[in-house]
Amino acid sequence: MKLSARLVAAAAVLATAAACAPQTSGTSSSDKDEKSGTLRVWLFQEVNNKPKEQVVDSVLAEFEKAHKDTEVTVEYIPVETRAQRIKAAFNDPKSAPDLIEYGNTDTAGYVKDGGLADVTEEFADWSEAKDTDPTARQSVTVDGKVYGAPYFVGVRALYYRTDVFDELGLDVPKTQAELISTAKEIHAAKPELYGIAVGGAYTYGAMPFIWAHGGELATGKGGSYASAIDSADARKGIEAYTSLFGDDNCPAAKCAGMGGNDTVTAFASGKAAMAIGGDFSHAAVEAGKVKGKYAVVPLPGVEAGSIAPAFAGGNNLGVLKSTAHRTLAVDLMERLASKKAQGALFEGMGFLPTFSDVREQVAAKESFVKPFVETLAADTKFVPASPAWAQIDSSLVLPTMFQEVVSGKKGVDAAARDAAEKMNAAFGSAG
Amino acid sequence: MYLAPALVVLGGLLGYPIYQLGLISLFHYTQAQVSGGEATTFEGLGNYARLFGDEQFWQVLLATVVFAAACVVCTLAVGCALAVLLTRVRAVPRLALMLAGLGAWATPAVTGSTVWLFLFDADFGPVNRVLGLGDHSWTYGRFSAFLLVLLEVVWCSFPFVMVTVYAGIRAVPSEVLEAASLDGASQWRIWRSVLAPMLRPILVVVTIQSVIWDFKVFTQIYVMTGGGGIAGQNLVLNVYAYQQAFASSQYSLGAAIGVVMLLILLAVTLVYLRLLRRQGEEL
Repeated sequence: MKLSARLVAAAAVLATAAACAPQTSGTSSSDKDEKSGTLRVWLFQEVNNKPKEQVVDSVLAEFEKAHKDTEVTVEYIPVETRAQRIKAAFNDPKSAPDLIEYGNTDTAGYVKDGGLADVTEEFADWSEAKDTDPTARQSVTVDGKVYGAPYFVGVRALYYRTDVFDELGLDVPKTQAELISTAKEIHAAKPELYGIAVGGAYTYGAMPFIWAHGGELATGKGGSYASAIDSADARKGIEAYTSLFGDDNCPAAKCAGMGGNDTVTAFASGKAAMAIGGDFSHAAVEAGKVKGKYAVVPLPGVEAGSIAPAFAGGNNLGVLKSTAHRTLAVDLMERLASKKAQGALFEGMGFLPTFSDVREQVAAKESFVKPFVETLAADTKFVPASPAWAQIDSSLVLPTMFQEVVSGKKGVDAAARDAAEKMNAAFGSAG
Repeated sequence: MYLAPALVVLGGLLGYPIYQLGLISLFHYTQAQVSGGEATTFEGLGNYARLFGDEQFWQVLLATVVFAAACVVCTLAVGCALAVLLTRVRAVPRLALMLAGLGAWATPAVTGSTVWLFLFDADFGPVNRVLGLGDHSWTYGRFSAFLLVLLEVVWCSFPFVMVTVYAGIRAVPSEVLEAASLDGASQWRIWRSVLAPMLRPILVVVTIQSVIWDFKVFTQIYVMTGGGGIAGQNLVLNVYAYQQAFASSQYSLGAAIGVVMLLILLAVTLVYLRLLRRQGEEL
């Protein structure tokens, strides 16, 4: 009896062993290019999504009028689960959409996954593309090829409390050194306030400090990046940023664990005199206690009057490689990301256009975006266009580095060296 | 042959996933391979070599073992002590204690963690107010963060031990306990020399259960320390595997960590059973 039971088990093992390699799905590009049918689009669900839907709907109406027998269905997917949704779409081309919105730091990763279609030629032929600003263009480019159209950009600047500055008779800081001393001055005068709210996990708020000091995250191009986070200049930036943590500004015990949203929340609820926030944080701050008591300026650089290079975040639109309606999908992408649509999207949602000329027009109309547009015009930088970036980001290499320094576990040199090692390992394995 | 249906079900539900886990851990398998952007390559033990060469893995492993051991000891101590208490109090307090225990047991881990986190919150938490600690942050220091998580883990897993052991004590003939107390044995002595040996099979089961649970703790760490604490100081193996496998899409490395965990748990359980057997009777 026992023997036969074993036999059954052995047979079961053998049967399963027959399929001897983990599963993969073939997302080789689809050969079909149908000129009618249904196109499926995934866009991100924003906090207040109605205005976005209206802009999209008007584009779709025109699109459907221009192409007979075509229909477009749009699904707004939640931002929190987008990574899983999009991965799943790559895994199962049959139920995948034709066109997606995606975060611009994900471009290189999605290209490596084999998910996005190369639209270099169409992008070059697109009449409006020439006004796309260079950083936005860089955010859809991998190895010289274009994989989508920039949809909007997001950039961060310095929010500060006008009432606190007036009361203490302070000037708006013009250099990073002044920023740091002003922050400490405020905290000394008003201990219940953080001088400037900073977060150990707020990577995109910390990067301008590194860039302003002449440092880089990584150097190189295409397939061969090498980390530069441990260079002398980058270390100066890390030093400057981490000097803001401590009992004289933002106590490490509280601030080391904070991320970008936490710092904006602290500012909006009146717990901080300054914060680094994005144009997209405007609504949250307006809804907080400090409404009407704050202003925004570009984050200062090292030299007086200079602006620290900012991270150019934002979203892109991209056509999936597996689409069976390539021509139609590319056309829809260009319409959704057109100057007109981006202008309307700004009116409705406040998202900054990726075209330099459109951006200047809207800045003239809406004064609150001025500091952000100035920041964009000065200098913006982007994360390395490598699939390794997604891995570096999600394994928290940079937050870990800042937190190690802030909590006194490691010195700047040691922490930066370890972070560089981890980044290089990721660049090496993910290409 | 009567075992065949059970074996087929077991093989399908248990064997196949483990087989897949082992298989994936031998390949270079990331999102690019899953969605067909790149070919899958066989790496042999490459993932394991990378894992064992990673200093952080060893730190996390050590932290996990120590943390799990502390959780198991505390859970068992609290659970057994309360089980004995249950047999010695009147019906109403017993019912109250039972209900409190069941409430803690029934609370989902995420909810429990969030509530505990709030209790110890630096700005709004009642604990700091009662103890007069100002805005002391419990999650900043490595040990205080682990302590906080330990409290939550013990809180949500002691009821299982308590209820099981209580049922066991109820099954012990009352003459034996009476005889022991007539001989003048203290409460501790009765537990040590009479109850514990008689409850041994039950204690073995709850210990192994606790070891497995506490070694695999995920939710509490993930929620309470924000995914591994300041600079990853509170990472345990399961959260680390999640970070590697899903957040970073390195499925093969995550699978390798899974296999290592499986082997460690198997080894711990086998050694434990072996030790017990050597000490005396069959289970």
